[in-house]
Amino acid sequence: MTKFLLKKSVEMLFTLFGITLLSFFIIHLAPGKPTDILTDMNPKVTPEMRERLEKYYGLDKPIVVQYGMWLKRIVRFDFGDSFSTDRRPVWDKIKERIPITLGINVLSMILIFVVAIPIGIYSAVRRYSVFDKVTTVFVFTGFAAPSFWLALLLMILFGVKLHVLPISGITSLDYDALSVWGKIWDVSRHLVLPVFVSAIGGIAGISRYMRSGMLEVIRQDYITTARAKGLPERTVTYRHALRNALLPIITILGLSVPGLIGGSVIFEQIFSIPGMGLLFYMSVMMRDYPVVMGILTIGAILTLAGNMLADISYALVDPRVRKA
Amino acid sequence: MKSVVWTRLRRNKLALAGGIIVIMLFVVALLAPVISPYNPDEIDAGGILSPPASSHWLGTDDLGRDVLSRMIYGARISLLVGFVAVGISLIIGIIFGSVAGYYGGLADRIIMRFVDIMLSIPTFFLILAVIAFVGPGIWNIMIVIGLTSWMGVARLVRAEFLTLRNREFVLSAQSLGLSRTRIMMRHMLPNGMAPVFISAILGVAAAILVESGLSFLGLGVQPPTASWGNILTLGKSNIEIAWWLSVYPGLAILVTVLGYNLLGEGLRDAIDPRLWENR
Repeated sequence: MTKFLLKKSVEMLFTLFGITLLSFFIIHLAPGKPTDILTDMNPKVTPEMRERLEKYYGLDKPIVVQYGMWLKRIVRFDFGDSFSTDRRPVWDKIKERIPITLGINVLSMILIFVVAIPIGIYSAVRRYSVFDKVTTVFVFTGFAAPSFWLALLLMILFGVKLHVLPISGITSLDYDALSVWGKIWDVSRHLVLPVFVSAIGGIAGISRYMRSGMLEVIRQDYITTARAKGLPERTVTYRHALRNALLPIITILGLSVPGLIGGSVIFEQIFSIPGMGLLFYMSVMMRDYPVVMGILTIGAILTLAGNMLADISYALVDPRVRKA
Repeated sequence: MKSVVWTRLRRNKLALAGGIIVIMLFVVALLAPVISPYNPDEIDAGGILSPPASSHWLGTDDLGRDVLSRMIYGARISLLVGFVAVGISLIIGIIFGSVAGYYGGLADRIIMRFVDIMLSIPTFFLILAVIAFVGPGIWNIMIVIGLTSWMGVARLVRAEFLTLRNREFVLSAQSLGLSRTRIMMRHMLPNGMAPVFISAILGVAAAILVESGLSFLGLGVQPPTASWGNILTLGKSNIEIAWWLSVYPGLAILVTVLGYNLLGEGLRDAIDPRLWENR
């Protein structure tokens, strides 16, 4: 197991290096410079001032040197300072937003798990039943519906028409004055729609995979053997079939992390949630390179951590992987 | 084999429905100037944000433009984006996948590592950054979506090539002294095309979703050109007063993506022999 983890960690570091290298070059080689945004609007800026500004940001050096400098700082976990007017350290800016984005994603992962797996099992066990047919329709619709559109519809329904849920931000204006329970209640009410919207695609996907996984497993010989031994159908389904059908789901959950993180840009923008996605959107618009690189790196680390968790849990439940 | 697939596809009602939706979309996109009730860019200052009525079936937007006509023209955009983006990702994926699968060894390791790296980047972040830097616009989106979505195709082609490369017909082609490119493209690729074709159909759906998301954020197709995504942006800014700007364009995206997905999944089931016995 230790050897397995070590090998995975080395692979992960290598991938992380590749991701940062690729992102850095793509971002810095794209036409236009961050200094343009600061200077274009101002007719008083002379070319010399512009050069001085570029030098100040280190943008005048060859890109390989710039990447080297970035890398040297990053190993000490120093993401540099933001280009924006507040000049705050990038890590401080990201740090305060990680819990929000991560929290919503974890909640929606839990929701996906709790809802999708029972649906998948049940529609596999009762294949071609009314329940199976209804969920199949739901799954295909959930796959095809753009999440930001669902968000809009739910905002119209619950926020504009029924006035039962808030539609923007994660706290109300009077948040500071509320009691502890009032605060929890307030945040929960704000999170209902974002969590639901970000989970819906995953629920559709995972329940589908769960269904086909179960159908695949139920056909295997050892299930026939279990039934032939006279075990009750419940035991066969939940003891023998379920365990093996769950395996691929772990991998898929791990692989869905980048999608969830990437999707956070859209729904944080819709619901005005001050998370990493919204910060990324604003930084990209201002060409705030250090923040953009910082978020891409953190996003990649979270993705790799998700994959790693998936690999570990896979190894824990499947001895074949562990021993290999 | 072909007739078996066709029979099975025809029996799958959902796949057939998907196919019909896709064909209808092509028809609507092609006939857009004929079937649009209004000029999609015609501004009517007297009738802004009017709800659906007999004169404007799906209402008008904040400039008084007819939503139905704009959606009909939007179908052209989504078709174009879907197919060009997937075309680009197919070309890249096939080249990388076939080189990795045919040569194996170091080339394979490097390419597959690159695929892993691309798969670990939250792609939407990367797309957003690149589009924001190079500037929004339909061609930029199609290229960027294509450049960030080829990894699945590369994996599929590689897997097919790994199983094909020691088959007799490949060995005989090699001993005849055919060029490697010819063997890969003319002899091996057609044999491994079926799963690639299906993933391409599903890829069109994914590309349409990404495009609508980008347009919604204001980074995609730029107004006044109509796209389903940028009509939805208007829906958000007028959320309190004009629900029709939010409901209908999203429905169009939903139906389109559903059509491609149903067709793709149906084809996958139809060519998968493992599923043949039990239906």
